[in-house]
Amino acid sequence: MMTENLSSLLYLASSICFVLAIRGLNSPETARVGNFIGIVGMLIAILTTLALPSILSYELILIAILLGGCIGTLLALKTKMTSLPQLVALFNSVVGLAACFVAAAAFYRPEAYGIGTFLNISPLSIVEMNLGSAIGAVTFTGSVVAFSKLQGLVSGSPVTFKGQHQLNALLGMILLGLIAWMIFEQTETLFWAILCLSFLLGVLVIIPIGGADMPVVISMLNSYSGWAACGIGFTLGNILMIITGALVGASGAILSYIMCKGMNRSFFNVILGGFGVEDEVIQQQNIGDKSIKSGTASDGAFIMENASSVIIVPGYGLAVAQAQHALREMADILQERGIEVRYAIHPVAGRMPGHMNVLLAEASVPYESVLELDMINRDFAQTDVAFVIGANDVTNPAAKTDSSSPIFGMPVLDVENAKTVLFVKRSMASGYAGVENPLFFKDNTMMLFSDAKQMCDEIIQALK
Amino acid sequence: MQPENIDPFIFGITVLVLACFIGYFVVWRVTPALHSPLMSVTNAISSVIIVGALIAAGPATGNFAQVMGFCAVVLASINIFGGFIVTQRMLSMFKKKR
Repeated sequence: MMTENLSSLLYLASSICFVLAIRGLNSPETARVGNFIGIVGMLIAILTTLALPSILSYELILIAILLGGCIGTLLALKTKMTSLPQLVALFNSVVGLAACFVAAAAFYRPEAYGIGTFLNISPLSIVEMNLGSAIGAVTFTGSVVAFSKLQGLVSGSPVTFKGQHQLNALLGMILLGLIAWMIFEQTETLFWAILCLSFLLGVLVIIPIGGADMPVVISMLNSYSGWAACGIGFTLGNILMIITGALVGASGAILSYIMCKGMNRSFFNVILGGFGVEDEVIQQQNIGDKSIKSGTASDGAFIMENASSVIIVPGYGLAVAQAQHALREMADILQERGIEVRYAIHPVAGRMPGHMNVLLAEASVPYESVLELDMINRDFAQTDVAFVIGANDVTNPAAKTDSSSPIFGMPVLDVENAKTVLFVKRSMASGYAGVENPLFFKDNTMMLFSDAKQMCDEIIQALK
Repeated sequence: MQPENIDPFIFGITVLVLACFIGYFVVWRVTPALHSPLMSVTNAISSVIIVGALIAAGPATGNFAQVMGFCAVVLASINIFGGFIVTQRMLSMFKKKR
């Protein structure tokens, strides 16, 4: 029989497994083992709970786990790596909704968790429960909006209206007021009102945030899903949920911080949203009176063939054009000829933290050749060719020099220090931030106007 | 001070604060190259909420709370299976130089 002491110890073992799962991710060699330890931790948690004397309906639970397991497995196996951010957003929303369901179950049957009787739950527990369900509900609808924006179901551009922030602040205050009310009077209506208001708030908080800021939003919602689990853990007095919720919450918060820093934006600035709508006017100025140098694939191939070192700067445009494999093939040919090829990754190169690394790994690029901004930025000065493909804003030197630029202060890759910059781009259009890139007009820059995949294929042909 | 005199809430807060510290130090050590797997694995482990869901779905007699519990178990299972599998899929792609 499972005693409380034994189950607590097993929950502790499970928490340690989760810490080790995250710890494993500090290098690709230990990460797979770490993931396996995480699975073991989850198994311990589930089996321990199933062994509790109050659990009797095993058939029902088995059906639920199999049903969810099949859906989850299918999603995980079928999703393309370019759509990874959508998948994570979807998973965040699922945790949020699950938190709401658990809160509702605890509200209607508090005896099962030993926190009181129906409509007579201890004041502290009811506050914890409602905070948990409110965060869960915001996570759910917020992630659904983020998913729809990433998937292109709705426009990625920010939805703003007058008095938006005031409205959100007002709704947030009403929400807290309702939760406080629950201390004095517990009713079903109040419980559902809090839930519905939180659903609404989740939508309103995420719609003003533009597509370019999605990396921050996904990390933030990831963090929320952890705090929701934490709140429910407090309600149910379950240490495992509190620990795990805090780990996930901390992880999401740190990732949001890293993403904000990668764009030189403050967290509040991102949350308040609306980025990418202003400054449309300055964009078109003086393109005509500056000259650019453009070349063909064979020019690019010739320059790289005669180089001794090449740094490739990939951006999300590479993944959109499905050019990862062609790019890797090009890099392989260069490496066979004794040219050093490395990849430089900006923190916000993909649509979520670490996305570009996964996309390159999928194209069989060995991870030792893929370096982060801090690691490689000084090497551009000793490099013959910087090959920029599918990226734009993250190479813009205006971020360092032009204080009037909207991206001023953002850390950028110093590609202009390389002897030659090859810039693959479809047209002269500006990047996500809507800022012109002075790099195009530098003497050592050669523009290669083409689709990313087509350009790589043509360079491969020219090299052969 | 007797341990049984400590409010469970204070005990919970103690655990929460310590767990935040552990999370902070462990997550900063994660290599930026693996930030995507970090997100998907945290997706999976935050579904530990299944523990609460199982207790709700557990009793032999049917009621509204049990329906809620059933739904929560389904949702959490989606995440547990999906999160761990997609993490494994990503990690298996990270290879060294041949």
